[in-house]
Amino acid sequence: MSNKPVKHAQAAAEFLEDDPHRLFHDERLWDMRQKRDQQMHGMPEWQELRDRASRIKEHTLANLPTYLEQFEENARRNGIHVHWARDGAEHNRIVAEIMGKHDAKSLIKSKSMITDECEMREYLEPRGITVTETDLGERIQQLDHQLPSHVVVPAVQKLTGDVAKIFAKYYGTDPNIKDPHELAEAQREAARPVLLSGDTGMTGGNFIVAETGGFVVCTNEGNADLSSNLPNVHIATLGIERLVPRVEDLGVFVRLLSRSALGSPITQYTTHFRGPRKGGEMHVILVDNGRSDRLAMPQFWSSLKCIRCGACMNTCPVYRRSGGQSYGSVYSGPIGAIIDPTFNAKKFSTLPFASTMNGSCSNVCPVEINIHEQIYDWRRVLAEKHDIPFVKREIMKMAGRLLAQPRLYRVSIEGTEVALKTMPRFVLYNYLNPWGKHRELPHPVKETFNSWYRKNRLKTSTKKEHESA
Amino acid sequence: MKIGLFIPCYIDAFYPKTGIATLELLEKLGQDVDYPMDQTCCGQPMANSGCNKDARETEELFVRNFSKYDVIVAPSGSCVHHIRDNFDAIEQTDAVKHIRQNTYELVEFIHDILKVREFPWAEFPHKVGLHNSCGTLRALRTASMSERNEPFFSKPMDLLSAVKGIEFAKPKRPDECCGFGGTYSVTEEAVSARMGLDKVTDHHNAGAEYIVSADTSCMMHQQGCAERNGVPIKFIHIAEILNGARA
Repeated sequence: MSNKPVKHAQAAAEFLEDDPHRLFHDERLWDMRQKRDQQMHGMPEWQELRDRASRIKEHTLANLPTYLEQFEENARRNGIHVHWARDGAEHNRIVAEIMGKHDAKSLIKSKSMITDECEMREYLEPRGITVTETDLGERIQQLDHQLPSHVVVPAVQKLTGDVAKIFAKYYGTDPNIKDPHELAEAQREAARPVLLSGDTGMTGGNFIVAETGGFVVCTNEGNADLSSNLPNVHIATLGIERLVPRVEDLGVFVRLLSRSALGSPITQYTTHFRGPRKGGEMHVILVDNGRSDRLAMPQFWSSLKCIRCGACMNTCPVYRRSGGQSYGSVYSGPIGAIIDPTFNAKKFSTLPFASTMNGSCSNVCPVEINIHEQIYDWRRVLAEKHDIPFVKREIMKMAGRLLAQPRLYRVSIEGTEVALKTMPRFVLYNYLNPWGKHRELPHPVKETFNSWYRKNRLKTSTKKEHESA
Repeated sequence: MKIGLFIPCYIDAFYPKTGIATLELLEKLGQDVDYPMDQTCCGQPMANSGCNKDARETEELFVRNFSKYDVIVAPSGSCVHHIRDNFDAIEQTDAVKHIRQNTYELVEFIHDILKVREFPWAEFPHKVGLHNSCGTLRALRTASMSERNEPFFSKPMDLLSAVKGIEFAKPKRPDECCGFGGTYSVTEEAVSARMGLDKVTDHHNAGAEYIVSADTSCMMHQQGCAERNGVPIKFIHIAEILNGARA
């Protein structure tokens, strides 16, 4: 992985240049946020559910080894093969081994963020294994060689016309298709033969249940059910943080997930897997890939509570105007800004700065992750590691010195045209130009408040007192 | 109760009218207000950039300037948020704790501490769009937010409702951040300015003649975006309206 910091600001600026894309993206996600609000207002117990979801996750994470072992034991009893993967590489090797045993060559899979995190396609394809994404959005992103833009709607940054062009290239359909349904049909036509002939199926999993040894997959397209049930071998890749202790806990999470994500009461399909079907084989790969390390980070461990609903992305005014691709990572938006640096602090050092820290994300989060506070904390951590630009560091040092010396500060802002020129310069220095690119500067004023106060309020006696102070 | 008035750096330099209105308003409400002349800043620009250590001396100066007051009042939600929630570059002495617990944003001070609801001198015969900064909305909690399932409340609206002739516009996305975000406004200027333009357009389309806010920094940014793009809308700090400004 390259260590070069992601140029979020630049990529976002490019995304904003095209009006149809930026308008659609902002409106589409804002619509999801509003639908989420409507669902929330229909549930007086919303806040109680969030509190409970957060507490269940915190409890589970605090007792993760116990629950993972409980899950393993119960899953084995159900006839599931359980594998443990320390990192992405180990995960990918396990998948290749399982497929190798069956001499399998075609992996059909439903959407899972974690296999993108493990860069599984990149590993399997050179080894002669065809990986076919069956989620529509994820398939579009696969064909276009892009990372998902969003955890729930991976191709949300694309317009119908973009998809029509991609499908024309790979499926030979008309590049001028305007009707999204026609495109969905084209995908269906292309996917069915692959689904029917695939020899291994793969899913992720939204929730793992320790007490039953089962797991739950929530989708809207039904593709996970096809992927897992048509072939004889089903591999489920599961992040270890997806665990909940009891089946009844699902009553909390399933109610929150789709309401937070899309603003629908529940996903079209909520499939509970408990074990292989007759004659079939089921594998579960429990993936760590940095999660244990994150669990040990005092400020950032609670990001593991995330259930990948994407509500923080939908509400984020910066994400909506930047597009997911600008984050250069598997996880974009606010949640990406706090978990990506745990994978690579240098490469993703820019992401905690791609935020106004407005706090909307933390307040829509169904598991109450303090996302914007973690963004703030990441900034400190990165600044201390010197993973922020040198110029910025120097400016802040200068600003800190100047603002600590009232007399020098006064001299610098009480100049001829009062502050207008000096003020942005001392705070922002060569950042001054960007302010004016799309904005006017504040208007000059005759005098500062400080000098007005001196003239209008300070009586002779107190004036002396102040001057001698 | 002796009040120390904190006028943040950008209000001091660019919007002295807001500082004057704040002082005059507090005086009209019978308060004993003092403005320490050696004040500069609360340290937020450095701290928000991650450079908390560089905020140390500025925070120390702030404590030297303000520890002698019973309460500190500032016409800026974001600065008060910094002092209350993030003012930790320095040792947390009793003086520091005193400051952090007794610093108020102007609206919450009038609303919660003075409990004043009447401003007989105030008249503002215009349609205004209220902009709650993210600091006041989601940190100081001076108004309910659309993200939460909670009953509606709005301290700034409670105060403004007492102003004769005022009317409120209803923007579509009242709680969305305007994109200022301190240094964010320059490090990610394209997104920041886009958010600012969207914000002022939303208010303009809702019929607002003015955007009114308890945060001048947001308005400095919004004004820049409105002027560059020819969106005809004016800006005024809530202190000025409550102090009796007519336009």
